[in-house]
Amino acid sequence: MLKRMRSFLVMVRESVSMALDNIRGNKIRSFLTLLGIMIGVMAVIALISTVSGVSGSIAATFSDMGVGTMTVTVTGSDLKTGMMPEDLAVISALDTVDGVVPTVSLNGRVSYGKNVQTGKSVSGKNAYYFQLNEDMIVQGRALNFIDDNNHSYVCVISQDIVDTFFFGINPVGETLYVSGLPFTVVGRYEEYSGGGIAAIFTGSPDILIPYTTGLKINNTNEVNSFTVYLKEDADSAAAETEISDAMDALFDFEEDCYTIASMETIEETMNTMMGMMSTLLAGIASIALLVGGIGIMNMMLTTVTERTTEIGLKKALGAIPWQIQFQFLLESFLLSVFGGILGVLLGLTLSYTLCNVLGTTFVLNGGAIALGVGFSAAVGIIFGWAPARKASRLNPIDALRAV
Amino acid sequence: MAEEVFFEMRDIDKDYYLAGESVHALKKVSLRMEEGEYLSVLGPSGSGKTTLMNIIGCLDIPTAGSYMLRGRSVGELDEQELAELRNREIGFVFQNSQLLPRLNALKNVELPLIYAGIGPRERRRRAEAMLERVGLADRMDHLPTQLSGGQQQRVAIARALVGNPSILLADEPTGALDQKTGAQIMALFQELNEEKRTVIMITHDMNIAAHARRVVHIIDGMISEGTVAGHA
Repeated sequence: MLKRMRSFLVMVRESVSMALDNIRGNKIRSFLTLLGIMIGVMAVIALISTVSGVSGSIAATFSDMGVGTMTVTVTGSDLKTGMMPEDLAVISALDTVDGVVPTVSLNGRVSYGKNVQTGKSVSGKNAYYFQLNEDMIVQGRALNFIDDNNHSYVCVISQDIVDTFFFGINPVGETLYVSGLPFTVVGRYEEYSGGGIAAIFTGSPDILIPYTTGLKINNTNEVNSFTVYLKEDADSAAAETEISDAMDALFDFEEDCYTIASMETIEETMNTMMGMMSTLLAGIASIALLVGGIGIMNMMLTTVTERTTEIGLKKALGAIPWQIQFQFLLESFLLSVFGGILGVLLGLTLSYTLCNVLGTTFVLNGGAIALGVGFSAAVGIIFGWAPARKASRLNPIDALRAV
Repeated sequence: MAEEVFFEMRDIDKDYYLAGESVHALKKVSLRMEEGEYLSVLGPSGSGKTTLMNIIGCLDIPTAGSYMLRGRSVGELDEQELAELRNREIGFVFQNSQLLPRLNALKNVELPLIYAGIGPRERRRRAEAMLERVGLADRMDHLPTQLSGGQQQRVAIARALVGNPSILLADEPTGALDQKTGAQIMALFQELNEEKRTVIMITHDMNIAAHARRVVHIIDGMISEGTVAGHA
């Protein structure tokens, strides 16, 4: 048994060195043959790495905007066109809900002294919003419950507004006119955060005021859009059910009064799309691998024919069929794996470049590398099998006679 | 234990099909040899001598009859057992030495030892010793193309001997050589036989056959013991 094991190892070692010799001996042909595999693997690796980089970036953007939130858009019914502050309090009090941030949008005419600007986005928020985003205010104070309750004419402004109106002036304490009404600036923020899904579409607002004040200016007491913040341990599906039950009750079970968009649903949809895209691209790339495999098979068949006398000689010297088959199989395996490794390296380089161009983070995907190398190894064995078998079955007498 | 039969063929028949026609290549061939003999099989082309060589060399099995080599009945062996038997018992020397062009002389000689499962150090030692024996100590790392025809045939002989086989089976070993080189190769066979190695020489050339101590003629698939004219 030990002797068999030993002679097996001797044979494997020699087969590897002979296979390498033969690959090296036909450099150009070997290279052209492994080109097919190389391109196939390169495509697979580049696609998978790039797609996973892109979807990683998208997922990061989404979670920045807050997983664990749901945005409710209210169209209302004939009887009830929006959410009253007490309705919001109902939603806010649900078991799965931590709090609710209403969004009230206003006409964007803003002025300071003689400086008049239009097209500025003004948004009404509540105190809960500022509690969630404590770090947002970099100067002055945030808006609070007292502002909400008193419908105060106070605002916090973005860096952009500071640059537009208050260049060289401390804005806190100054009076800014929004829609013709005087607001006292109480604070400044640098980065707008946590806008929920709505922020994707509306962009970040320039001026934030108490939502109650916003409603008063709009001459209404109904909110048409709000973001629900779920409790940390809340299950998103359960929360969605709870919220929609509560909304149904508020709108008297009329249909089509509101829509709920959760971050998870959108993320899932995105992931599914990305997954489908990856599969599709991998499918296309595997055609390249198939073509590469056929190239290898072709070369191996040629090699077997060319080396008929060598095979015959080796058999005469005592090589058993299995050893001949192993040697040729090893040759196509090594050739294919070389192609695979080159393909992985090129694919990663390509993907790295693409990610830089697209501005997404390059992710070294270990699975993709394993897949590329594994796939090429499999191609080498599958497409090398038939030629190797053919070699092993050659009759030594015929093989030696074919000089 | 009964004495092991070294080499005995009894009533060997060999038929094969060539282009749809049955060829009766060997007819009731019987042949017995003792260890250390030097035998020539002399016959013209088409006489069946190549078929006989294939059967002696365990490359082929007879259609009928029995062939015992070192106590084993060759006709009953499968492909793998035949390969192992060739590796152990037969040292082939072909007409055109059949060296692998990408391997140097040393590696070519090592080849049978690889299939015998012998480790690299031992292989090298034995191959070097054998190349020295055939007078090529200074040519070990030469590729076949860097060697003359005679040197190539010496490498082939070293390869045939390296596994220490029972029979050295040569098929027209001087066929591709000029007369002088051919004579040197024949002298080498002579020496090897004097070292108690069993040699079977397959040839169509009477002068070559004459080197052997015993000659059998093969004509039309049948053999007969004989002598070569002019040789005592």
